[in-house]
Amino acid sequence: MMDNYRIRKIKDRLMRILLWSSLIIAMIPLFSILLDVFINGARAINIDFFLLPTPTVGEKGGIANAIQGTLITLGLASIIGVPIGIMSGIFLSEYHDSKLSQPVRFINDVLSGFPSIVVGIFGYVLIASVIGFSVIAAAFSLAIIMIPIVTRTTEESLRMVPVAIREAALALGIRRWKTIIFIVLKGGRKGIVTGVLLALARIAGESAPVLVTMGYWRWWFSGLNRPASNLALNIYLFAISPFENWRTLAWGSALFLILMILGISILIRVLTRGKYE
Amino acid sequence: MKSTASFSKIAYLKAKIKGDEIFRLVSAFFALTTLLIVVLMVYELTRGSWLSLQKFGLGFITGTTWDPVFTLNFGALPLILGTLTTSAIALAISVPISIGIGLLLSEYISKRLEFFVSFIVELLAAIPSVVYGLWGIFVLIPFLRNNVYPYIQAVLGSLPLFSGPIYGGGVLTAGIVLAIMIIPIISSVSREVFSAVPLSQREAIISLGATKWETCKIVMSYAKSGVIGAITLGLGRAIGETMAVTMLIGNKFKVLPSSLFDAWYTMAAIIANEFTEATSDIYVSALINVGLTLFLISLMVNVIARLIVWRTLRLVKGVSRG
Repeated sequence: MMDNYRIRKIKDRLMRILLWSSLIIAMIPLFSILLDVFINGARAINIDFFLLPTPTVGEKGGIANAIQGTLITLGLASIIGVPIGIMSGIFLSEYHDSKLSQPVRFINDVLSGFPSIVVGIFGYVLIASVIGFSVIAAAFSLAIIMIPIVTRTTEESLRMVPVAIREAALALGIRRWKTIIFIVLKGGRKGIVTGVLLALARIAGESAPVLVTMGYWRWWFSGLNRPASNLALNIYLFAISPFENWRTLAWGSALFLILMILGISILIRVLTRGKYE
Repeated sequence: MKSTASFSKIAYLKAKIKGDEIFRLVSAFFALTTLLIVVLMVYELTRGSWLSLQKFGLGFITGTTWDPVFTLNFGALPLILGTLTTSAIALAISVPISIGIGLLLSEYISKRLEFFVSFIVELLAAIPSVVYGLWGIFVLIPFLRNNVYPYIQAVLGSLPLFSGPIYGGGVLTAGIVLAIMIIPIISSVSREVFSAVPLSQREAIISLGATKWETCKIVMSYAKSGVIGAITLGLGRAIGETMAVTMLIGNKFKVLPSSLFDAWYTMAAIIANEFTEATSDIYVSALINVGLTLFLISLMVNVIARLIVWRTLRLVKGVSRG
């Protein structure tokens, strides 16, 4: 009897150690990635890095054109994706008794799990195959990746706005749509901003859909109907190249991208802090 | 009713309701765009791969040649196998680790620490695929080639799976990086499912004198189908993962690799690697056809996964309420 108890106790200890080690094992690659990106990336960063465009072999250069191209592409993607995401989030939250809301929510969940390269191919067939590799095609694909993220966070944050507030507004004779736009949306503002930031962080790191809709572009932005340079895609291009200066730029771009995404996720933490306390 | 409300009041009410009705319709329209996107996606991908579908038909899925230069014959079976193999390796490595993390987060760690750990797990999910690829090429591959693979081969080299030359990149390397990449999704969803197990289940077994681990076993068996859902979600991620795999698997079209250390291809990798270089119409169409196949497989996996997760969460929560 006593032995049995001891065995169970030992087993319990052993499993506790195993569970903790699973966490530690998962953290090793994370720290390795962050460390390597910071060390190798820091070497690449200087004034030229931020001011010059992609260099040719052996010359000095930077990622200025990639930052410009990425900002333009992300901006256009947001213009397309954010309104659609917020409006469908409103629909799911404010009209959740509608027959449509359950299927829409399900499709959203499924859409968010689609491989981004497939979304890219969709953008290629629909747009790039007609007007050519372009910022428009890339932004369209990235917008599709944004929509489910924005929709979901909008819905969740609007649901946290108390029903009493809606009732109070309606009792004052304010129309429902005005209540939603001016009162409910205002209450869920933080959550919506969080959702948009989350979506931006996600698409800033997407390179597969960009590759098949826009391709490489080593120069400055020259129109929405032509390709533009892209940070994430550059990392791929530079990493598989045999040129030393390009490989250095790959690490620099990775550092820049990770700092950007890290900055966004810290901002999100600050915005949502109230929720957890 | 008729007598109390004057005409102008009714008109006013009507106008009011109209505004609401318009807003409802507009938001419903936007909500339906996602549905529209998925339908349009099926249509456009089919249209784009029409040439290939006409020429190869279902033989595309069973074909084992990929010749864009001379015969223009395309078959995707090795690509499908490559995708499934790398995903299976990824699951084999990541599932035990992720379930461990999920249990740790829901059963062992205090709320404050949980917040911190879940932030780290989220961080792991936020690192772009292409950065995993970069790290894989310059850090992981040299490490595995020099410090891990030779030992694996020394012990298990007699098995055909682990024989043959070691390049560094290859099937196993791609599987390992995929495993790292899908740990966040599996562990966070399984944590959610474990946390949804009603407290009464734990209390019952603890009152019988169970140890912490025995309690965990009860929690796991209660949440079994939810964990399966979480794993299926991870599988969906692994199947579609593109850039990191392209950078690490070696990109060689062959029916079967000689070992796990050998180079191979996946569906997503061949699209990323060859799409911008594809010249002939049939070549582009074949690549889009690969995309369509990938789409259908991941649609299936995702729908199954979501249904399982949804059902369990509802089931578990329903029981806890009753």
